[in-house]
Amino acid sequence: MKQLIYLDNAATTQTRPEVVEAMLPYFTEYYGNPSSVYEFSGISKKAVSGARETIANALGAKANEIYFTAGGSESDNWALIATAEAYANKGKHIITSKIEHHAVLHTGEYLEKQGFEVTYLNVDENGVIKLEDLKKAIRPDTILISIMFANNEIGTIEPIKEIGEIAKEHGILFHTDAVQAFGHVPINVDEFHIDMLSASGHKINGPKGIGFLYIRSGIKSRSFIHGGAQERKRRAGTENVPGIVGFGKATELAVAGMEDRANKESELRNYLMDRVMAEVPFTRINGHRKNRLSNNVNFAFQFIEGESLLIMLDMKGICGSSGSACTSGSLDPSHVLLSIGLPHEIAHGSLRLTLDERNTKEEMDYVVESIKEIVEKLRSMSPLYEDYIRHQAK
Amino acid sequence: MYTEKVMDHFEHPRNVGEIDNPSGMGTVGNAKCGDIMRIYLDIDENQIIRDVKFKTFGCGAAVATSSMATEMVKGKTVQEAMAVTNMAVCEALDGLPPVKVHCSLLAEEAIHAALWDYAKKNGLEIEGLKKPKSDIGEEEVEEEY
Repeated sequence: MKQLIYLDNAATTQTRPEVVEAMLPYFTEYYGNPSSVYEFSGISKKAVSGARETIANALGAKANEIYFTAGGSESDNWALIATAEAYANKGKHIITSKIEHHAVLHTGEYLEKQGFEVTYLNVDENGVIKLEDLKKAIRPDTILISIMFANNEIGTIEPIKEIGEIAKEHGILFHTDAVQAFGHVPINVDEFHIDMLSASGHKINGPKGIGFLYIRSGIKSRSFIHGGAQERKRRAGTENVPGIVGFGKATELAVAGMEDRANKESELRNYLMDRVMAEVPFTRINGHRKNRLSNNVNFAFQFIEGESLLIMLDMKGICGSSGSACTSGSLDPSHVLLSIGLPHEIAHGSLRLTLDERNTKEEMDYVVESIKEIVEKLRSMSPLYEDYIRHQAK
Repeated sequence: MYTEKVMDHFEHPRNVGEIDNPSGMGTVGNAKCGDIMRIYLDIDENQIIRDVKFKTFGCGAAVATSSMATEMVKGKTVQEAMAVTNMAVCEALDGLPPVKVHCSLLAEEAIHAALWDYAKKNGLEIEGLKKPKSDIGEEEVEEEY
């Protein structure tokens, strides 16, 4: 294969060799079921407890508040549906935002069909929740606020602590989808007044197919997957022991290297962002300029369409993603880009690049040169650009 | 996702550009659904398409279908060009993913729109040619995923 420059770390990350190494014994050597009584399976049970402890420590939580799941989507589904069911007698109103991941949005739509009311808050042009809007949306029958920690497309980090305080003041549960934030930014569930939090292993160089839901002690929650007594009877199914061990190891590495990694990534990201903005005309940055994930940049290139751009980048060995309709499987471009007020034709021309600390400046230079060449080529083919130039000439 | 032919036409699109004082020009699609196609035709006195150029804002399939459609009408009579349907363009590209078939419809529409412009300018009637829809995107029913 040709040279590969992987800039889609918000989609998934490489599983670190150290993580794989930590997992391997739990496939072939210590394959016992943690629920069994014999000593052999005690090794698996201990490994699961250790990972749970590591993850709990990363959040300032207690180990018995961490429930392993099959990933971020399951955690989001569980948090919303179980809370709605458990607290339905208190009220049937839920508040979330328009820029949530579909795992939250589509679950919200599902709950609406079940008789719940869901308010989807608008965001400002940077993708930030307006706290005043949140306060106004709160009703006596509001049972849950679910706002993502950081947005997966534009990287904007939400004012989670302020949202948590508002929720606490009103006695409303607060869930946050932290799939993009866990292991990337410091999180303390007590400091931020978070009652539930979703995260996923493969976004932090851990394995795919493993996630967790943090549920604060004392919160009523129902079992989402019915069956055995695993996860303190709240999530049935034999534990994904290698996955859990890998997630624990990935968390350990992510937390230990967090600051250093964020500095490296943001330096590299800023270099890329500044060069593109200086050298490619008719380009904008989507998302908050400061309060954003350190490895995320989201461009909108006017007059061109994102899928074409992605295919041409792929031909040059560069992996990125776009919010264009063509990549989303529907006719509409990304709901996030529309929510921050981008017109359709500009939303179609978006490009998200999400870096890893191991990317290099040389790679960024190659990416900038490639983007310049491709954007120019696509603009030379674009009737929108032609119209714009004609209009300017008049 | 795409066939080799689609990728070839995407990577090396044929007939990209503009024609000064074209015999006919048509633009279809809309920015909302992310595809806009513009076709320029240069047609001689015998109603033969001497030259054709296109510009497209859209995905890989949109670019490839534009390119293929221009190849298929070049050198043809106006009447022969009418026979270049979206299905014919699709087949010539060895097929498109189902979600992209609307792109080939856009190519057919763009050619029809340019022919309509040519017919109108010259007071002609072309058999089977209907007034183009300015915006075919609105006709589409959104699929559930």
